Amino acid sequence: MDEGQENQAIITKKKPSTHQDISDELDLKIKKYLRGEAASFEDLKDRKLKRQLSVREELYGNAAKAAAKAEKWLMPNEGGYLEAEGIEKTWRIKQEAIAKEVGLVNLRNLYDIVLPDLGPYTLDFTSSGRYMAVGGRKGHLGIVDMINLSLIKELQVGETVRDVVFLHNELFFAAAQKKFVYMYNREGTEIHCLREHGAALKLQFLKNHFLLASVNKFGQLHYQDITMGDMVGNFRTGLGRTNVMEVNPFNAVVGLGHAGGTVTMWKPTSSAPLVKMLCHHGPVSALAFHSNGHLMATAGKDKRIKLWDLRKFEPLQTITGHANTLDFSQKGLLACGSGSFVRVMNDVSGTQNYSNYMNHSMAKGYQIGRLAFRPYEDVLAIGHSMGWSSILIPGAGEPNFDTWVANPFETSKQRREKEVRSLLDKLPAETIMLDPSKIGTVKSTRREKVTKQERETEIEAAVEAAKSTKLKNKTKGRNKPGKKMQKKQDAIARVKRPYLEEKINEEQNISQKKQKTSENVELPKSLQRFARKKSS
Amino acid sequence: MKVKVISRSVDDFTRERSQDLQRVFRNYDPSLRTQEKAVEYVRALNAVKLDKIFARPFIGAMDGHIDGVSCMAKNPTQLKWIFSGAMDGDIRLWDIASRRTVCQFPGHQGAVRGLTVSTDGRMLVSCGTDCTVRLWNTSADNIMELSNSTKNSVEPASVHVGKNAYLAVDHQWDSELFATAGAQLDIWNHNRSEPINSFQWGSDSVISVRFNPGEPNLLATSANDRSIMLYDLRMVSPVRKMIMMTKTNSIAWNPMEPINFTAANEDGNCYSYDARKLDEAKCVHRDHVSAVMDIDYSPTGREFVTGSYDRTVRFFYYNSGHSREIYHTKRMQRVFCVKFSGDGSYVISGSDDTNLRLWKAKASEQLGVVLPRERKKHEYHAAIKKRYMHLPEVKRIERHRHLPKPIYKAATLMRAMSDARKRKEERRKAHSAPGSVTTQPLRRRRIIKEVE
Repeated sequence: MDEGQENQAIITKKKPSTHQDISDELDLKIKKYLRGEAASFEDLKDRKLKRQLSVREELYGNAAKAAAKAEKWLMPNEGGYLEAEGIEKTWRIKQEAIAKEVGLVNLRNLYDIVLPDLGPYTLDFTSSGRYMAVGGRKGHLGIVDMINLSLIKELQVGETVRDVVFLHNELFFAAAQKKFVYMYNREGTEIHCLREHGAALKLQFLKNHFLLASVNKFGQLHYQDITMGDMVGNFRTGLGRTNVMEVNPFNAVVGLGHAGGTVTMWKPTSSAPLVKMLCHHGPVSALAFHSNGHLMATAGKDKRIKLWDLRKFEPLQTITGHANTLDFSQKGLLACGSGSFVRVMNDVSGTQNYSNYMNHSMAKGYQIGRLAFRPYEDVLAIGHSMGWSSILIPGAGEPNFDTWVANPFETSKQRREKEVRSLLDKLPAETIMLDPSKIGTVKSTRREKVTKQERETEIEAAVEAAKSTKLKNKTKGRNKPGKKMQKKQDAIARVKRPYLEEKINEEQNISQKKQKTSENVELPKSLQRFARKKSS
Repeated sequence: MKVKVISRSVDDFTRERSQDLQRVFRNYDPSLRTQEKAVEYVRALNAVKLDKIFARPFIGAMDGHIDGVSCMAKNPTQLKWIFSGAMDGDIRLWDIASRRTVCQFPGHQGAVRGLTVSTDGRMLVSCGTDCTVRLWNTSADNIMELSNSTKNSVEPASVHVGKNAYLAVDHQWDSELFATAGAQLDIWNHNRSEPINSFQWGSDSVISVRFNPGEPNLLATSANDRSIMLYDLRMVSPVRKMIMMTKTNSIAWNPMEPINFTAANEDGNCYSYDARKLDEAKCVHRDHVSAVMDIDYSPTGREFVTGSYDRTVRFFYYNSGHSREIYHTKRMQRVFCVKFSGDGSYVISGSDDTNLRLWKAKASEQLGVVLPRERKKHEYHAAIKKRYMHLPEVKRIERHRHLPKPIYKAATLMRAMSDARKRKEERRKAHSAPGSVTTQPLRRRRIIKEVE
């Protein structure tokens, strides 16, 4: 009888929700596919344009609705979850308890690899989550296939390795070694030695732009285009040595965390940071970006973990705790690791209020170096001083992947095609900006109120253009370095001159206006030059 | 506690046998794809560059005439044929696919000035400066017979002699009437040897005539006194006359909106009018630097092609003021006639150098059978180009065309002259009492008056 009642309960629970719930769900999905608000055409005076644009907006709406309806058929898998019953709390549930409930397939993802002699390990996953590159501090490099759990290649380079990162696919990876950055093949062959980067502390790869970014011991940021090998930008940050560097996946902006508690954001085409924000009272120890581009988590040595809204640059939440490493998962879970303790935090039902979700403490001597969520799986990989481990975090990964974006079950033919297509779609470095949806929008041409910031950016852009022009290589002894430098400085001064003149004129105008009387005679245009000017 | 962890089995996501297709899974979530707009912009840039790479509009020339080509006619029932008449009286029927003459229609002693085909394709009417109108039998089986036999030329069905030279001819839609233009406008029937009706307004010769495809009794003509006249066959007197500053060489009605017509003018512009309201042009299409000799609309009604005395052929959209494409060749001299092919994919131009040239209407179009995958790609490219067309880099590549030096210089000169005129006008306005000097919009400026 009890079982029958239980079954009834289960059946009633599985009854489809009411129409209101369905339409709310559908609305949420439609909103996701709409990619922002529809434009308003109230102030548009041109009727023909208004009609054309409203027809287009309607088409967008229909496309979003169709995509939302098709979701049910296209994306059959549902995400993972962990629900505690009764007075149980999710953060008290240990990995062993989860292991008992979960199938054999998932148990393969719960393991510890112990390699005590070769130093703390850093990890990196390819974008599909199938391959993982590991680098031990004492020179141990390896690529692991995560689905077959086989080691594809391992090599010992014989010097300190500080960071490993995959390039556009699993065929190439880069390692930041003692003096230079090296690029390796999947076979383990060293392909390139990138000397300009110097002794890099942290590497990051910008996928859409094929740019390898590195920050080195002197606090210099380098961007190198790995398709042709040219150095797109190298900048002195001026804020000292740092090994906290992350890429914002939404807009490809590189964020650095500095010892003074500031976080700066950089793009390869400007020598000054885009944003400089003071985040912590002490040095910044870790940084992570959410994939939607709005949320940033920073951890400082002042025992705080802060969550920032990147649209307003305001802190949303402050959590007390240490973190040496932070990572966001695809579904928005935040993992913080410090010492031998991992804390995973979850935002309840979409509101950006993070609270404890799961904890995991490792054996006492293990110092956690790096945390990385595996894409498209509910797995968190931990690189620590005694090797690396992998634990299960239900609800971390995106359950449905798109074959043309990232395919964990890629064949070699698909991989080759994808490489060619992504090279064709390679974005130029100039498209990196804080708000990537600005491309294609109209720049307002009202020059009357040019704000100081806009003018500064204009000046900077002009100076960059002047700096990047190539000077002719003169022969017969006319190519002295002193003269070349002089020419460059002259070019920069020439570019800056109109702005300075404008500034001086403005100041003169202001002083003249102050001295003019308030009498205003409206003369026709042709006679305006004969108007009597009050002498200053 | 309830736990579920994502678990994927390899079998569900890979194919069983190598003959199967690879499995494809889609997730259209925008958060999986970052920087979509930048990717689209790069693709638009590449699409526009590819367009330029594949832009090979010239297909071939049809040579055979020994004097300049003066007029052409399309057979409305056949896509593959075109008739052309030359300045020495030679009329030929060409097969466009093989670019060869199918048969010739000799007979005219002077230049052939007008050619037209009846709607059922059976009768070809030609008129010329030797004051004759000749009718030829051109039904499809007749032509087949002729092309198979050794004798390649044909006898006219009838010859009508008049008093003055004839300058143009056009056939009425779906009937046996046709109109010739010369000293006056004459309406003929196939079976009669004298015109059944005659119209005249003013004393100048009528140089072109066009029947309206939608309203068969309406026709537009242009005369040497710089006027455009509209006639209705059911009425005794002409309907409307509008005088411009320069004469109109040719008129074409829009086949999809037959209320509108476009006039190719001697001053290098084409003027689109609404036939009900002739006091203001709907649109002025300006890009030619010399007189526009001929104009023809595409069957879609969305664009038209013009041939001009400045040795170029240009394409215009029906509502835009500037051309979208220009075709020129070193060997092509003054273009006297242009025709759009019946399916709108090709354009044939006849010029002074005795050749008819076959061009693609869309320069980078892929001819032949297009796979569905290719077609989707073309459509995608067209859509992203349209979306990013106004961005400076894309626009610069899209607009770039190589112009022959004389045309480039002539265009620069004309622009300098019009800028000077505009500046002078502005200064006159600024230095006179407000409201005393008014400028007319360009759409009205070239029209002198309209007469009922």
